Amino acid sequence: MPTFFEKKQLVTPGEMLAEGDYLPGENTYVEANKIYASRIGLVDSDNKKVNVVALRAFYMPKMGDIVIGTVIEVGFNGWTVNIKAPYTAMLRASDVLSRPFKPQNDELSQVLTAGDLIVAKIATFDRAHDPQLTVGEPGLGKITRGQILHVTPTKIPRIIGRKGSMISMIKQETNCQIILGLNGVILVTGKTLEEEELAISVIRKIEEESHTSGLTDRITQLLKEKKVVKVEENVNE
Amino acid sequence: MSSLVTKVRLKQIEQLLEKGKRLDDRGLLDTREIKIEQGLIERAEGSARVFLGKTEVLVGVKVSTGEPFPDTPNDGVLTVNAELVPVASPNFEPGPPDENSVELARVVDRGIRESKCIDTEKLCIEPGKKVFVVFVDVYVLNHDGNLIDASALAAMAALMNTKMPNYEIKDGELKIKQGYTPLPVKSHPITVTTGKINNHLIVDPWLEEEQVMDSRITFATKEDGTICAIQKGGSGYFTPQQILEASKIALDKAVELRKKLDW
Amino acid sequence: MNEKPEKLIDKKGIRLDGRKADELRPVKLQVGVLSHADGSAYIEHGKNKILAAAFGPREVHPKHLMQPDRMVLKVRYHMAPFSVQERKSPAPSRREVELSKVIKESLEPALFLELYPRTGVDVFVEVLQADGGTRCAAITAAALAIADSGVPMRDLVVGCAAGKIDDTVVLDLYDAEDKLGAADVPVAYMPSLNAITLLQMDGILQPAEFEKAVNMAVEGCKKIYEMQKEALKTKYMVVKEVEE
Repeated sequence: MPTFFEKKQLVTPGEMLAEGDYLPGENTYVEANKIYASRIGLVDSDNKKVNVVALRAFYMPKMGDIVIGTVIEVGFNGWTVNIKAPYTAMLRASDVLSRPFKPQNDELSQVLTAGDLIVAKIATFDRAHDPQLTVGEPGLGKITRGQILHVTPTKIPRIIGRKGSMISMIKQETNCQIILGLNGVILVTGKTLEEEELAISVIRKIEEESHTSGLTDRITQLLKEKKVVKVEENVNE
Repeated sequence: MSSLVTKVRLKQIEQLLEKGKRLDDRGLLDTREIKIEQGLIERAEGSARVFLGKTEVLVGVKVSTGEPFPDTPNDGVLTVNAELVPVASPNFEPGPPDENSVELARVVDRGIRESKCIDTEKLCIEPGKKVFVVFVDVYVLNHDGNLIDASALAAMAALMNTKMPNYEIKDGELKIKQGYTPLPVKSHPITVTTGKINNHLIVDPWLEEEQVMDSRITFATKEDGTICAIQKGGSGYFTPQQILEASKIALDKAVELRKKLDW
Repeated sequence: MNEKPEKLIDKKGIRLDGRKADELRPVKLQVGVLSHADGSAYIEHGKNKILAAAFGPREVHPKHLMQPDRMVLKVRYHMAPFSVQERKSPAPSRREVELSKVIKESLEPALFLELYPRTGVDVFVEVLQADGGTRCAAITAAALAIADSGVPMRDLVVGCAAGKIDDTVVLDLYDAEDKLGAADVPVAYMPSLNAITLLQMDGILQPAEFEKAVNMAVEGCKKIYEMQKEALKTKYMVVKEVEE
């Protein structure tokens, strides 16, 4: 039973990938015992499972995901939040106030208002109902400082790296706090603007070269070079 | 129509189709009963009402005079408009024509226009200046499926029933005279729509079938066995083989209908 | 419009624009041409110049169009006022309303509508210059725009017409052939699934000619499909090249 691709081959929607005894993985579908790609991406197989690593996709909410969103509306018992997904998310007042919400006492827009950014977790989601967010855990809530950047959500796993190796390296070398929203929104907070900019430029590079080999080495190299430059600059001052 | 309601129905319809049957006891290639009445609207120059099973379509034809199109100075003008009248279905709403009524009108128009069944040159009064303008207004009064075939049939029946006023030209002025001349109808295109439900092709789908079918394909054909208009609709697809099969079904059905209607 | 030439195709089987009966016009495709759309594509098919943009999946507007169990695809096919010889009013004509509907229905079979209930994808097609066969070229570009937006698809959809000029069945009619020819048969097709998703015809054809026209259009679609895949890969190839 054949496959019709080479490892990491670029495929387009509708391209037949395998026939017969294979399992359809991500971004593929089965029709008449054949597996086809459903997104532009790089094809790969893991045992009998054929996957396409999408080069372009949108974020679909999943329970437990950490996302970064923008408050777009203050409602009468909560907030509507844009999480860059096909569905807008809801954050309930009671979740933020951690007590029952009383409309006569509580002015919601003083807590969060349109335009505010929040880090939140998807509490519930199924396709029949909009996602509900929660901020009731350490590290979640309103964002007060730092820089935001957007990447294609499919690139987030590369930025995280194997067992989080990439992201911890970037954090360590740039002294920045970095929150990766699985919806493709990233928050970078450092002590100085320069540190933040370095972290951002590194993340941009990973996004551009995410599907190339030897990326980790190149990023390590880049971080070292930049740091050296900075040390020298400091010396000159 | 909500497909939530129709899932159970779909299963039922599928099971019947496997056995070559349909919900209303028809065979896969049977059309519903056809009833045609002509001339029921006295104010109109031509009219007809068609019942295709429970589907009911009334067509009125009004004839007036106007200017020809610049690129066809010797031809009369024919226009088809369709109204999905709110009395016909709980899903029809008053207002400007939506994509469904526009498509219906244009498919009916295409069958009539491309078959050249109306001798439009005979509608010319003064080349480049004055011609007869024929307005065909399709009024859907009850929607029980397959509006295209019912409307095309009603439009043809109404055109066959249409009279043009007699006229003369005196001192360059158009004068309408007593009496009428029948509209010059040269041929009779017949429109047959085939629906596809799970790879079964069915002729003349009615409402419940339309709600679950993948797609439809309409062929208008002429007496001489040529095809003069086609329209695929719906969000499904056909294989090339199914398309050819549907074209053969439509040609066969048209022969059968012509015999029945004596067209 | 000039006078009708005596022959649209000569004894040697050469058409007025120099093509053979089964020859396509030159096709040029480009993916990702608009920065604010989620996906976009541009096609030059002969003298047709058409831009397509896809947005979504996102909330459906107006809200009453939202479907509880599937995604809604909306398509607007629109011709620029300057796209044709006589200025066209920018208000949507009945032709544009019909074409928007049939283009939508030609793309829907490619989408997994049931996977994204309550959402919508909007596709906007702008015909900047028309030269016959705009609906087919629009479908080719629109499918690329959707693929570029990251919405999963069963296959790319590709459009190509066949028709009849004088007594010959030919591929891919341009404007003059469309206007003066005997029949035009636009087809849209998903090659991987052997699925015809759009079929229309006006004019007169014998059943045998019709069969030939459909087959010819399908062959034309397959050729354009290869260019379509290439165009999509070209945009995303950049990513891959770094590897070498």
